[in-house]
Amino acid sequence: MISFERVSKRYPGNIDALADLSFSIEAGEMVLLSGHSGAGKSTLLKLIPAMERATRGSVIVNGQNVSALKRAAIPFLRRNLGLVFQDRKLLYDRSVFDNVMLPLAIAGFPPGDVQRRVHAALDKVGLLTREKARPITLSGGEQQRLAIARAIVNRPAILLADEPTAHLDEAYAIEIASLFRAFNQVGVTVVIATHDERFFSSYATRRLMLSQGRLAA
Amino acid sequence: MKLWLFQHRQACALALRKLRLAPFSTLLGVLVVGIALALPATGQMLLDNFLLLARNFSAQPQISVFAALNAGKNEIGAIEARLKQHSGIKEVRFVARDAAIARLKEAAGMAEIINSLPENPLPDAFVVLPHGTDTAQLEKLRDEISKWHMVEHVQLDSAWVKRANAILELGHISLALFSGFLGLALIAITFNTIRLQILTQREEIELSRLLGATNAFIRRPFFYFGILQGLLGGGAAWLIVTGITYLLRQPLNELVTFYSFDFSLQGLQPMQTLLLFVAAALLGWIGSWLSVGRFLRNADFT
Repeated sequence: MISFERVSKRYPGNIDALADLSFSIEAGEMVLLSGHSGAGKSTLLKLIPAMERATRGSVIVNGQNVSALKRAAIPFLRRNLGLVFQDRKLLYDRSVFDNVMLPLAIAGFPPGDVQRRVHAALDKVGLLTREKARPITLSGGEQQRLAIARAIVNRPAILLADEPTAHLDEAYAIEIASLFRAFNQVGVTVVIATHDERFFSSYATRRLMLSQGRLAA
Repeated sequence: MKLWLFQHRQACALALRKLRLAPFSTLLGVLVVGIALALPATGQMLLDNFLLLARNFSAQPQISVFAALNAGKNEIGAIEARLKQHSGIKEVRFVARDAAIARLKEAAGMAEIINSLPENPLPDAFVVLPHGTDTAQLEKLRDEISKWHMVEHVQLDSAWVKRANAILELGHISLALFSGFLGLALIAITFNTIRLQILTQREEIELSRLLGATNAFIRRPFFYFGILQGLLGGGAAWLIVTGITYLLRQPLNELVTFYSFDFSLQGLQPMQTLLLFVAAALLGWIGSWLSVGRFLRNADFT
């Protein structure tokens, strides 16, 4: 489903974020990407939706070589991925419903479908009663659940999450972790980057440990 | 196709919402566009009316033939006969010098001046209506008559029509230049409005890209915004021009009755109104196209 072949990423100033990385993730896996901050977890995740491009090597997602993808093809790659960003990237001037609706509007779903799918996604993360609320009135855990609802509303086959439990109380973090597990159980391939793996370790099928841009066994 | 329509409707609705949510800046934007469009449109309207008025004058070119002051009755009769027989002339009206001065005396303040004159300074004259309106032909006729015996001067009334045409031509060129500059200004205005909007929505645009939005999806609402602002501005311009027409019509009518012309100030013609709106929408679209295009090229947040 996702495979990295001898991937290196060098940022300007000769900073090697990833060096000669090779691994592959099969459909239905739940992979934990761990390591200290600065180990290259975020960079690795960003290579998958082409938010960053590899300096060397190839990143294959769903049989497509992302590193060689044309600019015009990138939007269509992203529509098949569910992304949970480290900084959540919620739109605070829109309602909960409108935030979740955004990926569907972008992909051009007809209005009837949109409402049904948004409600389904909000229901899964337990925010159905808050659809008219503004994100700012939600708690930290609820905001993270909102970000997850937006990521899964498209029913993507792959869900990528960057530090989804950061800045959350333990109770909230456990809740979030079980959400990811639930998605994985219905067949979604899940990749989670976290420096705090205790919430996920019992659910993950595999753990990739990054250290200074390399895989540490 | 249905989806395409739906996406466009959605983008249009979004643009409308943006206009509605910021009524003050919308009003300002529309006013600026409206005034910028109203200036050349008013110019066109006035020019068209001038043209109409000019046609009113020159519908029937006239030739005034003035006899020499010392011409006797027989010589005048000879001129009249030759004019009446001429194949290029449709109608001849004789204006006797006595009748002419009598008419002049009726004009306010002229009687005293004329009475103080030792003798009648006016010559006998003929007002000639020629066949056809071709300027070259008329000029030939004028030159021919002026060579006749006891003809002092021949005045072709179309000379001023030529001058008026030259002025009109100048007016058209100035107006075209003026419109061109204001068109550029309009593009710049829309460009800037859209640029400011993009800046305030940067976060949303970047997020949309990360969620798989194509450039077309991002552009669309801004295009609609540019077009809608242009159309509203076009509406404002139309109101301004129509208002000016309405305000000028009454005083102009009073003025025109002095000269006994059949003339009433015309507003913009339907075709011109259509053109006004099309130009407004087009300029708005170009402005937004340039603005969003520049942003998408420069912002390299893939």
